[in-house]
Amino acid sequence: MQCDVCQSKEATVFLTQIVEGKMQKVNLCEACSKEKGVNDPTGFALADLLLGIGASQEIEKSPAAVKCGVCGFTQADFKKTGRLGCSHCYEVFAEGIEPMLKNMHKGTTHTGKAPVAYRAARVHGEKIKSLQANLSKAIESEEFELAANLRDQIKQVETELPK
Amino acid sequence: MKFSRIIANSGEWLSGDGPNRHIVVSSRVRLARNLSKKPFPGWAKKAERLEVVKLVKDAVEHLPEMAESYSENLETLSSLEKQVLVERHLISREHAAKGVGSAVVMNAPQSLSVMINEEDHLRMQAICCGLQLDKVYEMINRVDSELEEVLDFAFDSRLGYLTACPSNVGTGMRASAMLHLPGLVMSDQINKIINSVNKIGLAVRGLHGEGTEAMGNLFQVSNQTTLGEAEDEIIGRLNRVIEQIIEHEQNARALLAQRKPITLHDQVGRAYGLLSQAYSMSSKEALNLLSIIKLGIDLCVFPDAHRFPIDELFIETQPAHLQKGAQTQKMSSEERDALRATIIRAKLLQVPQPDIDRLKIPTPATNEKK
Ligand SMILES: [Zn+2]
Ligand SMILES: [Zn+2]
Repeated sequence: MQCDVCQSKEATVFLTQIVEGKMQKVNLCEACSKEKGVNDPTGFALADLLLGIGASQEIEKSPAAVKCGVCGFTQADFKKTGRLGCSHCYEVFAEGIEPMLKNMHKGTTHTGKAPVAYRAARVHGEKIKSLQANLSKAIESEEFELAANLRDQIKQVETELPK
Repeated sequence: MKFSRIIANSGEWLSGDGPNRHIVVSSRVRLARNLSKKPFPGWAKKAERLEVVKLVKDAVEHLPEMAESYSENLETLSSLEKQVLVERHLISREHAAKGVGSAVVMNAPQSLSVMINEEDHLRMQAICCGLQLDKVYEMINRVDSELEEVLDFAFDSRLGYLTACPSNVGTGMRASAMLHLPGLVMSDQINKIINSVNKIGLAVRGLHGEGTEAMGNLFQVSNQTTLGEAEDEIIGRLNRVIEQIIEHEQNARALLAQRKPITLHDQVGRAYGLLSQAYSMSSKEALNLLSIIKLGIDLCVFPDAHRFPIDELFIETQPAHLQKGAQTQKMSSEERDALRATIIRAKLLQVPQPDIDRLKIPTPATNEKK
């Protein structure tokens, strides 16, 4: 796994932090973790690494901010242009973009058109979800025969996984 | 197809007919799409932009909808030609500023156009006359589905279509209608309408200028958000609001004709007088007066046969369209105002004097329509 900060060295420090009730993860290499002072939890606000959430001066000074592995975009670039670098940036800067989207839009989940490939995946996912819901109901009401049956069905559907 | 040929005729959205044509000038839907994992145009290097242009242009040119089309790289277009496309609503002002590494493709009736490497890799639009957002969405949706088969669009199962600016993410769709609202402007109701529409998450903007300063009484209503609602929900919401605005505009016109007939006659008469006699006219003055003539046609003061020639003047008197037909290389603004007046006078010669006795008060819209 690559380091989220320098995007080059192998990550050895895996950090999880709860910010405003949300879990955020960052993977860092040895050098970057030292530079960011990960060992001192109060000195390292994970959120600051990520776009949007109280971008501190710490980050503005730091040239080694999170970089998109595909296009090399950084959050400083976003501050300058208000645009992202490529579609992969949405994954890289996800935690920062999320609250921004919440403010901008009616919702945070797309419910409209999807490319054909995704439409199949969506239908497939919904099918499994409804089977699983039935399964937990069956277990709750101790209908074990039905539960076993449903489990088989889920296994079957899962093998039909669309690409 | 050559530039001069495609531009020789007005676009279908101007010359055609559509529902509620007397108030809704046109309906338009724009979709933003990007190629997966390729830098967005604003961030891409020149070589990367050129590669995207080549890839996308080829795909778009092969669409059945583009069998007869005009397709060009922007650096080969003069700034005047680009400006003509802007005035026809075929490309955006931002796109006109682009050069190497951007392109445009449009069909012969000018109802479909695709901007390549504007802010997103693809910005495609369909435009039609009158209020028919559903039809326009269908047109562009088909193009999108066809392109999806050959291009790898950036899509996230949770966020939808991914765009350079987070404000377009999700459907990547902007649906809009251009409305002609002289009644609401004259009766000082337009700001009230703008405010209430803004409150429900839709945007209203003057086509040329903002609020009461809007020239030609033309306004654009569009959706502001793109994430969290499906396309048909957005369009449904937009349709309902536009239908209400149409009703308000109709009522305002009826009230004007009933309670202030002298004011209305005076305005129409003055507009006709100035347009048919003036030898110099600014763009602003022309748009505002033409709007009154257009209202006059709606109210039967002028024969309906003159609707299209007058509508055409809204476009033909724009600066780039004037320059295109001019003798001199680069006209001064005085020369432009003079040429504008000449073109308008020539057309107004065909329009008979306003016949106030024929004024028909539009039936005020009621809830029991249909
Ligand atoms: Zn590192
Ligand atoms: Zn990127």
